[in-house]
Amino acid sequence: MKTYNNRAWFLILPVIICVAFSAILPLMTIVNYSVQDIISPTQKIFVGMEWFRSVMRDSDLHGALSRQLVFSLAVLLIQIPLGVLIALAMPASGWRASLALVLIALPLLIPWNVVGTIWQIFGRDDIGLLGHAINAAGISYNYTGSSIDAWVTVLVMDVWHWTPLVVLLAYAGLRSIPDAYYQAARIDGASRWAVFRFIELPKMRNVLMIAVLLRFMDSFMIYTEPFVLTGGGPGNATTFLSQYLTQKAVGQFDLGPAAAFSLIYFLIILLFCFVLYTWMQRLGTGDQK
Amino acid sequence: MARIELQQLAHAYRPNPTVPADYALRPMTMTWDDGGAYALLGPSGCGKTTLLNIISGLVKPSHGRVLFDGKDVTDLPPEARNIAQVFQFPVIYDTMTVFDNLAFPLRNRGWKEAAIRQRVEHVGAMLELSGDLKHRASGLSVDAKQKISLGRGLVRPDVAAVLFDEPLTVIDPHLKWLLRRKLKEIHHELKLSLIYVTHDQIEALTFADQVVVMTQGEVVQTGSAQDLFEQPQHTFVGYFIGNPGMNLLACTVADGMAGIGGHHFPLPAAVWQALEPLQHSSGGQARLGIRPEYVECLAAPQDGSLPATIISMRDLGTHYLAEFQLGANRVAAKLARSAGQPGAMAWLHFPPQRTLYYVNEQRVA
Repeated sequence: MKTYNNRAWFLILPVIICVAFSAILPLMTIVNYSVQDIISPTQKIFVGMEWFRSVMRDSDLHGALSRQLVFSLAVLLIQIPLGVLIALAMPASGWRASLALVLIALPLLIPWNVVGTIWQIFGRDDIGLLGHAINAAGISYNYTGSSIDAWVTVLVMDVWHWTPLVVLLAYAGLRSIPDAYYQAARIDGASRWAVFRFIELPKMRNVLMIAVLLRFMDSFMIYTEPFVLTGGGPGNATTFLSQYLTQKAVGQFDLGPAAAFSLIYFLIILLFCFVLYTWMQRLGTGDQK
Repeated sequence: MARIELQQLAHAYRPNPTVPADYALRPMTMTWDDGGAYALLGPSGCGKTTLLNIISGLVKPSHGRVLFDGKDVTDLPPEARNIAQVFQFPVIYDTMTVFDNLAFPLRNRGWKEAAIRQRVEHVGAMLELSGDLKHRASGLSVDAKQKISLGRGLVRPDVAAVLFDEPLTVIDPHLKWLLRRKLKEIHHELKLSLIYVTHDQIEALTFADQVVVMTQGEVVQTGSAQDLFEQPQHTFVGYFIGNPGMNLLACTVADGMAGIGGHHFPLPAAVWQALEPLQHSSGGQARLGIRPEYVECLAAPQDGSLPATIISMRDLGTHYLAEFQLGANRVAAKLARSAGQPGAMAWLHFPPQRTLYYVNEQRVA
């Protein structure tokens, strides 16, 4: 005879406690802040959805959000194809493969703020090699003065820093394809493009999905590089969502709106990842015709 | 349709091979007839896949020529040869339907869509894939996928030979049997040359008209199942084919007599004639080969019989599998009835017409 009781709950209690302290309690603190106006430790007023409403009406947020979306989209559109192209061009085996992997992976080892500092100096028009060279070529370039220059610099910096991650993932995906596929394709008379389209791309689907999700989440949370480069300027050209949040929470000490926005920010990332994941899962499955 | 000729073909992965061990494939000259079913049989790493890849053009041989119907194709890439190949693991294009998979080689060759449809439907029906043509290939079972791999070869009407590289390894045993029968049917219907690589002797012997046995990069014998069983030309063929393989016993030969473990018996005149000229080079040493199926066990000593001790006697239902100690040799035998308990004495008799002699691994008589 089977016994029915709730003893199983005790077995998952350790996990519940761990998750509670690491995720649920901090999150609930934010929720707590987001629905109250805390004037002093002894004086707080429940305000309901008020902070959410005010944050949603904030035109600074709208600006930061659209800049953020354009930036993340540009990151994906550049880094994913570029990463796949580099992975395809890399040698498959031997010492050349090892050397290429080490060289490609180097940028990944550099901390965010160092990357920001490197490009901050690299791009200066007086002492920076890049900035000086571009100006010497007759193109006016100044990331502290021009919004577009600053924006492009942050994008190039991110491409330089993070495309290697896409390369490594795509390379791993390519190496896992058995030789028989390439041999069968040769016998079938397939072109180079057909090999890529019908063998390499489908076989890389899973790793590319991971690459897209990682690059989307990371780029959506970008903070350090624009902060080091121009502090979000000029004006607010490189003020992305994280900068906006920090300005609210630390700069102006508006904890209520900052907490409300944190929750919205969190939900946006969750939503986008879900949509991307579902879309890529569907891609290349399900019957045609 | 094509007759495949290999002229002085050899392959080494390193440049400038000197000793035989440098070769992945040792020099060989062979002709495979149009429309034949051939099996390349040998243990893993014996060079049979290398040979297959040379014929399909995936590997360019370091020495020698490959001819299809007298035309030299050694330097042609695989897509320019009228060859199809089926690999160990099914190769299918995951994102395509079964129809598109089968149509792929034709589309790559610029066929019109109407002609493609007709051809694919014909081949699909032959492989019993008609019902699945609209389905995505990635969702099918392994045996259906392997049929698609085969189908991509068969849709091309110009294909002269289909090469198989251990195609049934990943298939369930009962489906293996069905697929092998399907292959036979297609062979009869399309009169294609089939070359089939395997390390499974049952698969090779049931599938092929001619079996090419290879070991260490060398072809040691080509023949029918019966030839390989009854007339192994090389000791490797003797013990690789058959279950258990041929008994190979070290023996001395001198003055028309053979000796095993101190016991002597006369050699037939024809055998001694063949062995005598080799006396110097072999130092009077030879190997006697006899299939376990032909070993006779006597209850009492007889002229020419050899005393042995029974080591084991297993009842396998249809027959007894016995093992004997004969001098320094172990002898396996398949017997109709038990010859006694382990430890007991027995007298073995090797029928002269079933007994073969080998010097330096090659059959002499």
